Amino acid sequence: MRTPLSVRMFQSLPRTAWLALAIFAAIAWIAIPAAHLLLPESSPFHVSAYTVTLLGKILCYAVVAVAMDLIWGYAGILSLGHGVFFALGGYAFGMYLMRQIGTDGSYGVALPDFMVFLDWKALPWFWVGSDSFLWALIMVVAVPGLLAFVFGWFAFRSRIKGVYFSIITQALTYATMLLFFRNETGFGGNNGFTDFKRILGYDITSPQMRLVLFGLSAALLIAVLILGRYLVTSKFGRVLAAIRDAESRVRFIGYQPTQYKLAIWTLSAVLCALAGALYVPQVGIINPSEMSPANSIEIAVWVAVGGRGTLIGGVIGAFIVNLAKSFFTVSFPDYWLFFLGFLFIGVTLFLPDGVVGLWRKLRGKRAIEDTDTPTETPADAKGASA
Amino acid sequence: MRCVGSGQQLKRSNIMPPSLFHRLRLLCLVLCCTIGAAHAAPSPETLAKMAEDDSDSRIEAIAELGAEGSAQSVAVLDALADEALALTGAGRLVILTDTGALDAATGAAIDPYPDDADALMINNRIRRALQSAKAATNIRATDRSTRLAAALQLRDGADEALMPLLEPALAAEQDKEIRAILALAVARVNLASELPAKRTRAAELLGDSADASVKFMLTALLEKDGNGQFAEPDAGVRAAAKASINAIERRLAIADLASTAFTGLSLGSILLLAALGLAITYGVMGVINMAHGELLMVGAYATYVVQGLFRTHLPEYIDSYVIAAVPVAFFTAAAVGMLMERTVIRWLYGRPLETLLATWGLSLVLIQTARVIFGPQNVEVANPAWMSGGVSTYADIVLPWNRLVIIGFAIFVLLLVWLMMQKTRLGMFVRAVTQNRAMAGCVGVPTARIDTLAFGIGAGIAGLGGCALSQVANVGPAMGQGYIVDSFMVVVLGGVGQLAGAVTAAMGLGLMTKILEGWAGAVVAKILVLVFIIIFIQKRPQGLFALKGRFVED
Amino acid sequence: MSTRRSFIKAVTLTASLAAMGSVSTFAQAADTIKVGILHSLSGTMAISETALKNVALMTIEEINAAGGVLGKQLEPVVVDPASNWPLFAEKARQLLSQDKVAVTFGCWTSVSRKSVNPVFKELNGLLFYPVQYEGEELEKNVFYTGAAPNQQAIPAVEYLMSKDGGEAKRWVLLGTDYVYPRTTNKILRAFLHSKGVKDEDIMEEYTPFGHSDYQTIIANIKKFASAGKKTAVVSTINGDSNVPFYKELGNAGLKATDVPVVAFSVGEEELRGVDAKPLVGHLAAWNYFMSVKNPTNTAFIKKYQAWAKANGVPNADTVVTNDPMEATYVGIHMWKQAVEKAGTVDVDAVIPALGGQTVKAPSGFTLTMDPTNHHLHKPVLIGEVRADGQFSTVWKTKEPIRAQPWSPFIPGNEKKQDM
Repeated sequence: MRTPLSVRMFQSLPRTAWLALAIFAAIAWIAIPAAHLLLPESSPFHVSAYTVTLLGKILCYAVVAVAMDLIWGYAGILSLGHGVFFALGGYAFGMYLMRQIGTDGSYGVALPDFMVFLDWKALPWFWVGSDSFLWALIMVVAVPGLLAFVFGWFAFRSRIKGVYFSIITQALTYATMLLFFRNETGFGGNNGFTDFKRILGYDITSPQMRLVLFGLSAALLIAVLILGRYLVTSKFGRVLAAIRDAESRVRFIGYQPTQYKLAIWTLSAVLCALAGALYVPQVGIINPSEMSPANSIEIAVWVAVGGRGTLIGGVIGAFIVNLAKSFFTVSFPDYWLFFLGFLFIGVTLFLPDGVVGLWRKLRGKRAIEDTDTPTETPADAKGASA
Repeated sequence: MRCVGSGQQLKRSNIMPPSLFHRLRLLCLVLCCTIGAAHAAPSPETLAKMAEDDSDSRIEAIAELGAEGSAQSVAVLDALADEALALTGAGRLVILTDTGALDAATGAAIDPYPDDADALMINNRIRRALQSAKAATNIRATDRSTRLAAALQLRDGADEALMPLLEPALAAEQDKEIRAILALAVARVNLASELPAKRTRAAELLGDSADASVKFMLTALLEKDGNGQFAEPDAGVRAAAKASINAIERRLAIADLASTAFTGLSLGSILLLAALGLAITYGVMGVINMAHGELLMVGAYATYVVQGLFRTHLPEYIDSYVIAAVPVAFFTAAAVGMLMERTVIRWLYGRPLETLLATWGLSLVLIQTARVIFGPQNVEVANPAWMSGGVSTYADIVLPWNRLVIIGFAIFVLLLVWLMMQKTRLGMFVRAVTQNRAMAGCVGVPTARIDTLAFGIGAGIAGLGGCALSQVANVGPAMGQGYIVDSFMVVVLGGVGQLAGAVTAAMGLGLMTKILEGWAGAVVAKILVLVFIIIFIQKRPQGLFALKGRFVED
Repeated sequence: MSTRRSFIKAVTLTASLAAMGSVSTFAQAADTIKVGILHSLSGTMAISETALKNVALMTIEEINAAGGVLGKQLEPVVVDPASNWPLFAEKARQLLSQDKVAVTFGCWTSVSRKSVNPVFKELNGLLFYPVQYEGEELEKNVFYTGAAPNQQAIPAVEYLMSKDGGEAKRWVLLGTDYVYPRTTNKILRAFLHSKGVKDEDIMEEYTPFGHSDYQTIIANIKKFASAGKKTAVVSTINGDSNVPFYKELGNAGLKATDVPVVAFSVGEEELRGVDAKPLVGHLAAWNYFMSVKNPTNTAFIKKYQAWAKANGVPNADTVVTNDPMEATYVGIHMWKQAVEKAGTVDVDAVIPALGGQTVKAPSGFTLTMDPTNHHLHKPVLIGEVRADGQFSTVWKTKEPIRAQPWSPFIPGNEKKQDM
């Protein structure tokens, strides 16, 4: 009998990492809520609602970045269409939020407002069940997961890879965006979903709800980091890395790269969808522009900035880019694109392993050692080379 | 019928509906034209009506001026059309020119210049009246194109009142094409004739038309009213009308097909121009250049700058600015491209996915640079006169000149690229590097220099594409973003580094989009095309024209 | 081992970065009043919104030069929501809760307004929205200085039905596929029905955002127009797509005298990007044209042109003013008057004070803020495009008309006119 999964999962992370996650959890679940609720606004340590939603949003982005890193950094699949899964998760949960508005919309009827102006008299078939929270959760996972599975199944089976794969993922997200822009598609067209009122009957704008969503985002990030770490240090992860580095050879040895790629691809899509579902109630809007090709490219950029092939790199990248965005768009609105543009060029030219790589280089470590040869796999620890 | 001679006021009858009134006025106009100009100058009453702030009286004045037909009246009409007819504070009508002001009644120069003159406002209704008045005089012009335009104008508005004008014009006309148009105009009127024979003849004649509006006129004859009576009582006329409708419908169907083919080709040529540069850079270096769209933008802004220079320095040659812009766009974009290659892309060879991100960064920088230099708004790039308007072809399909020129330009660029790739030493090197970089290097091809040059050429061709785009679409900082996805699709669909592939893919996508658009609307067409590409790539992962040879995959 | 340490360091780095975001609040200088400006300066909407930011800054300078408001200077806080709708909500929250602005002027697209509405409601802020829109909305915290459909769309169609407008009988409703064109066309269809126009005489057609190939659509319009009755096109095509649309229209030989096009989103600014000569005679309906002649407008244009030059706006010598810019200008002045009336910038005091405020607008009319529906009473002007890219007014209302944000042509709206 092998070690139980929970133990293996626990062992996949070093003790210090657990400590770091615990600190992070404490900040997210205790310090920030306390600072938001208990401290008066005049206190310098008060955390404002703006900060909570901003951080909550970035936590969701961080989850997406980690999901992206799993496929790009570890399996060598660059998706330029991950925004589509993020947005579909958001839409699936947004449908629930729209139903929760009930008769508080501007027309005072049970149908969502945009259906009223389209003259629809009843909910279309794909809205059935959207008033149930549980159903919404199932759809959040199922719809993007299924799309990713079907898309991946065809694409990987046809051995589409590299830039070709990137381009067709871009076509996928672009086509879906256009589809959702249509009003007849039934998802609110360009306006998407907005003006949410409540979740499970609780007011969505209350500080408590805000903190719950923030805490859930933090929890999701922690879970994704642990899961990701476990996966990449397991045998599965090593096969993925092998596929990334020499797919043909892996195939010659007798593995089926398609299955491995499909599994990690679908998982990555589902994680994005979960992040999207948490993102929507926090920012208060979901609309098709989340699926624009540029947004998806930006996801890849977070990963590149933070450091490809290091899970934490995605998190750091998401935080750096988005905090910089929040800062620049207020302080130097005209120079925001210059900054972002030069950041990408600089990172790809001078920091091929991102911020994490730089950090390691400064500490005199070989930068990619960790990604190529996972060192902390308990089951195979002895086999790992330094 | 209360019709009065020239120069006198035409009273508006209360019982007459406006359309009838309009016809009467035209009839008067026609009659008066045949009588000839009795007076040498517009009458004060007419000018007083013109000065009134009321469209109805102004239109009467136009009809009277057209009828009067003297040189001064025509000058007044022309001035009104150009919004150069103005009213002074003292209520005097003047014609404003570049150099001064002329009295509308006499044509004498006015000194001092009336500073308080306010140009008379004209609206579409007045413009239409002006056009009719013009057409009635122009149908007897000696210049063929003037007559042709007048004939077309008369055909579309033909009615009973115009017959005294149309019939002599038809009799006197020598030109075959204009004769045909006038004959159709006469037939349109005769369709309402009292005599069934005349109606039958008209219905038969109208079968030569390829005009949808004629079809509607004929269909109306076959409709039954509430009592089950046909609108056209005579069965012979109905039969002729039916035959004519079928003939017109056949023609319209062909026209439909032809125009869809043309629009598809035109879109395809634009896609090709946008994607050709990308096909080269991607083929040679395996580099997905996300800043490709911005190279299009550079070319378009170069065109804009050249246009501006021509406007300020060479206004007399403004119509040839596009010609001058072509090399400027090429070299500017090529320079930007080579700079990009030297500073950024060079360091990323062999890392296609990183290149993708770095070039996206470059694209953001280029967009913002354009925004800082030229402002965030779109800038105006005007079609030169020879690229404005279009040629009217079969069944009134208008082929716009700018689109025709762009199709021709696409062929020209394609030929140029083909010659360069196949017939020059540089082209041979480029192909060698595309096929096998290492081996090319071994036999002495300076791969690094070829990379830079090839990238420059690819960028330059993108610049040419931008120059062409400036003639049909927006020129603004973000214009490139709109084409980048389409360009990728063309390159990916066509297969890497294959000119034939790029051409086939661009034309195929253009035609497909246009056929689907006619059937399902623009939004759905675009989605279907994207889905098609995704499915197609599954079947042919290397594109339509995959490079043949043995490759090691990894 | 050090990889572990780097992991923990990384997490702490993240946490400290997070903290960075929260301490950016600075005490607000006591002698200024902060005013938020929430317009996209990058992304797809920069093309339209940058000019609104400019005119807002100019107006604030003008007010400051005249002594400010309540003896205090106004301090503009400009943020860039980058044409990204969730970012609009985030920036709105930041303006309200971090910068504590007294009022915000901003948004262009409907979706951006829908995105910030809940934030302004939650934090009890004050937003002035300066663009014509589809109506079907009333928010206590929002003042709408642009036109509602009855102040733009319906008069334009009535004009085209009139004798001077060409007595159009068949209608093409053409738009970009989003809520403003959809709702406007829905209202227009109901209005046309009420005038006896049948469904077969109405053609409705939508294109995606950024659509640039109008060949097929123009061919369809031509076909539709050949059915013998006078045809007019009502265009709600959004900003960027207008240039290819009009270029194609001009080159395809559809002249304004044959098939006039009336547009609701094409103003002086949009026409800067087009060669206007082939478009002469096509129409636009607005509440203001730059070509309107009156002293207020002359002063407004002069001031803006001088401001543009002084502040290095690109192509400063050819800047134009347009309807949403006028609405921004009017909105800021109206807010200033209301604050002076209320004696405070407190939102709850300013909202009632805004009702009934009047401003002599550059359009030549005196505009009143309706106390019950938060919309301006606005005049309607219909203009024909001139060869120089300006409009000549061919028709205008005698006096400003009251907005009907809830169009009576949409069933169920009868009782919803007021707040």
